[in-house]
Amino acid sequence: MENLTSLVDWSRLQFAITAIYHWLFVPLTLGLSVIVAVMESVYLKTKSDNWLRATKFWMTLLAINFAVGVATGLILEFEFGTNWSNYSWFVGDIFGAPLAIEGIVAFFMEATFGAVMFFGWNKVSPRFHLLSTWLTAIGASISALWILVANAWMQYPVGMEFDPAQMRNVMNDFWALFSGVAVNKFFHAVFSGWALSGVFVIGVSCYMLWRKRNVRFAVNSIKAGAWFGLAGMLLTMQTGDGSAVEVARHQPMKLAAMEGLYHGHTGQSLTGIAILNPDKEWDNAEDEYLFEISIPYGLSILANHDIDSFVPGISDIIQGISINAEGDTVSTVSYAERIERGKLAHKALAEYDAARKAGDNEALAAAESELRINYPYFGYAYFKDVKEAIPPVGLTFTMFRIMVVLGSYFLLFFVVTLILVYRKDLITRARWFQLAAMVSVPFMWICSEAGWAVAEVGRQPWTIQDLLPTCAAISDIPTSSVVITFWMFAAVFTLLLAAEVTIMCKYVDKKSKEPLYLPENA
Amino acid sequence: MTLEHLQNYWWLLISVLGGILVFLLFVQGGQSMIFSVGDTDSRRDRMVGALGSKWELTFTTLVTFGGAFFASFPLFYSTSFGGAYWLWILILFSFVLQAVSYEYRKKGGNVYGTSTYDAFLFVNGCVGCVLLGVAVGMFFFGADFTVNRDNILSAGSPVISRWAPTHGIEAICDWRNLLLGVTVLFLARMQACLYMMNRFADDNGFFDILRRRAFINGGIFVVAFLAFVAVLLTASGYDVTTADGMNASVTEVSYKYLRNLGELPWIPVILAIGVLLVLYGLLRSVLSRHFTSGIWYSGSGTFLTVVALFCMAGYGDTAFMPSVTDPMSSLTIRNASSSEFTLTAMSYASVFIPFVIAYIWYVWSRMDKKP
Repeated sequence: MENLTSLVDWSRLQFAITAIYHWLFVPLTLGLSVIVAVMESVYLKTKSDNWLRATKFWMTLLAINFAVGVATGLILEFEFGTNWSNYSWFVGDIFGAPLAIEGIVAFFMEATFGAVMFFGWNKVSPRFHLLSTWLTAIGASISALWILVANAWMQYPVGMEFDPAQMRNVMNDFWALFSGVAVNKFFHAVFSGWALSGVFVIGVSCYMLWRKRNVRFAVNSIKAGAWFGLAGMLLTMQTGDGSAVEVARHQPMKLAAMEGLYHGHTGQSLTGIAILNPDKEWDNAEDEYLFEISIPYGLSILANHDIDSFVPGISDIIQGISINAEGDTVSTVSYAERIERGKLAHKALAEYDAARKAGDNEALAAAESELRINYPYFGYAYFKDVKEAIPPVGLTFTMFRIMVVLGSYFLLFFVVTLILVYRKDLITRARWFQLAAMVSVPFMWICSEAGWAVAEVGRQPWTIQDLLPTCAAISDIPTSSVVITFWMFAAVFTLLLAAEVTIMCKYVDKKSKEPLYLPENA
Repeated sequence: MTLEHLQNYWWLLISVLGGILVFLLFVQGGQSMIFSVGDTDSRRDRMVGALGSKWELTFTTLVTFGGAFFASFPLFYSTSFGGAYWLWILILFSFVLQAVSYEYRKKGGNVYGTSTYDAFLFVNGCVGCVLLGVAVGMFFFGADFTVNRDNILSAGSPVISRWAPTHGIEAICDWRNLLLGVTVLFLARMQACLYMMNRFADDNGFFDILRRRAFINGGIFVVAFLAFVAVLLTASGYDVTTADGMNASVTEVSYKYLRNLGELPWIPVILAIGVLLVLYGLLRSVLSRHFTSGIWYSGSGTFLTVVALFCMAGYGDTAFMPSVTDPMSSLTIRNASSSEFTLTAMSYASVFIPFVIAYIWYVWSRMDKKP
């Protein structure tokens, strides 16, 4: 194989750009589909044409968004095969199942009832149409469930064992896939989609207020968006807290990278604002930060819900000090030893294979025993230096702060929106807020993408935590092929995004000139 | 159920999904005629309206087909997708173009104009059908790859499946694969005509155009299909014996697929029924001015034919993905499958499939009901 690093990097870049684009569209679908379903339910109950117009307005925006989400999702699924073929074999027995179940259970539901929702207004009864709208929204969330179960499993691989004969992992407990990591991840992602959709609805509605068009329609939409968004943001924060605890238990290195923390303490503070020291390495005596403002005890509370608990840093973990699943400080295996034990696992597997081929049962049993002892460190054998097992600290640290700062801003944003919209319609006169709301919309996407960056960059270099690093998960393809397809997808996704944004803007501008709200007795 | 039963069951499900996918490719077939049959803006819009309400079903079936293959036969997923990189990337790329085109082509501010999105649909219609046919062609005519599980232990070069350096281009250039691709394209075009004849029976002018197109495309399809069957039944294939989930011996057998028809007599029965239904649907649609149900006969026939072809490829100890480089690396439903536990768990999930088909059928009929 040609230069492995280059191939791995380009494969990662291609997957990253596909995932980033995919996540531009998915959260809006997750949230807006529920908003639309609620609006249509109100319409069916009140028979008010104003609610019907509102439903159709937001549904059209949902349809525009839906198409590109579907397109990018297709690529993402197949890239596991095209670019990560070793991964597909090594854990396909476990990872493939959620993807297939997603297709059977959720994707057909979304597609079938989505067609009724978008195109069936005059073809089916109002009740059946409403049912279809709800089933589309539910289908989207079920789809997210299976994908996030799969993603969580990569970060916390459970419910499986290694089959040395086949040289792959096989599932032995299906329900273990629904771990605390998976449950938190699912709710965190879905509720963040609700919050994002709330910001979107408020931003679009504020455009109408800014233009002084359809004021009542805009105010009603802002009320719906703000309540929905606030609920979403609060729940996102609550599940985010749960996720932090899970990360501390199962991926302490990721948590340390999120904090840029190299040497942990009991009663560990949480870094608020800081500049990382670029010269800091895990094994030198440089300070971690050039500048730092921190919250005392914050990280201990965040990670363990215990003010006095110990939180290990990168250097601690490398040297074998960590916390276990119960949150207790423990001495574990140092990274240097993990590399050695990983190599022992590889050696034992090679011996197992040779014994199997030779029919030597005694050697087979001995090799299997050795393999089982060392298998938890299998993936470390691919590293030459412990440094290779450290995620990109700067990027993880920065993305975590962007997510938290913007998330806090949007919590405040929803509260202010509700105050302005319920206090004598102040919002219709507050030009500053209308402008701020419109400008805020892209920042919500940045917040959401930053969350994913923390999750995915922070777990590097692993595709499967501790078992398979990215360098061993790839396909045997020329780097030049991946470079070409990376630019192909980057170009087409960008062009499609440009089309989507332009279509949405044109549509909003055009519809805002039409009467979307009429007095009921008119 | 034993592991063997589960492997057989999942290959049958893959075959069923393949059959549904090829039937639903009529959407792509219609797209490939968007500039010829849709010669005026209003006809094109009507075509797009009729096909547009179904495109997501084809798309979703493709995704589920991929997901099911991943879950049930991960070694195939790993080897084929990572190996025939360019073939699969071109297929996926064409489907990306399709996904946005129906929604965006007439929307204000779509940036690139309606004709660009129509061109996207045309590209997906042609490329999607031909290349999916090429991908299935490799099930019979093989591919240039090796599988060596030991590679996972090589830190510098850990990939277990290796493919020819052309990474799928060679499969596109294989005339036998291309023959199947062309067959699928003209089948899809014929089916699109029959589908639209069912939808536009009240438009005499359009109906007659579609009938003529069905005749032409159906004729080309029949010739191409007969040629493909002749090539297939005279081709050699691999007979594989398996031990502990791995190939124990691989023997090249002349007329392997013809032999499979003899050894598994239910396959030719399904194949014959399928072919007859396709021909009946086509001929009656072409010969009778008032017959509008051809798509259902032809669609059912397509489904059965594809299921039979997949079964021919996978059952009877046959390598469903023969390696022309290293026959011992060939993939079978025994060595490429998931574990017994996973296949069992997935089998419980497959209980949902009849419900899914039922609600799709119900929704389809409601949406197509004349006002």
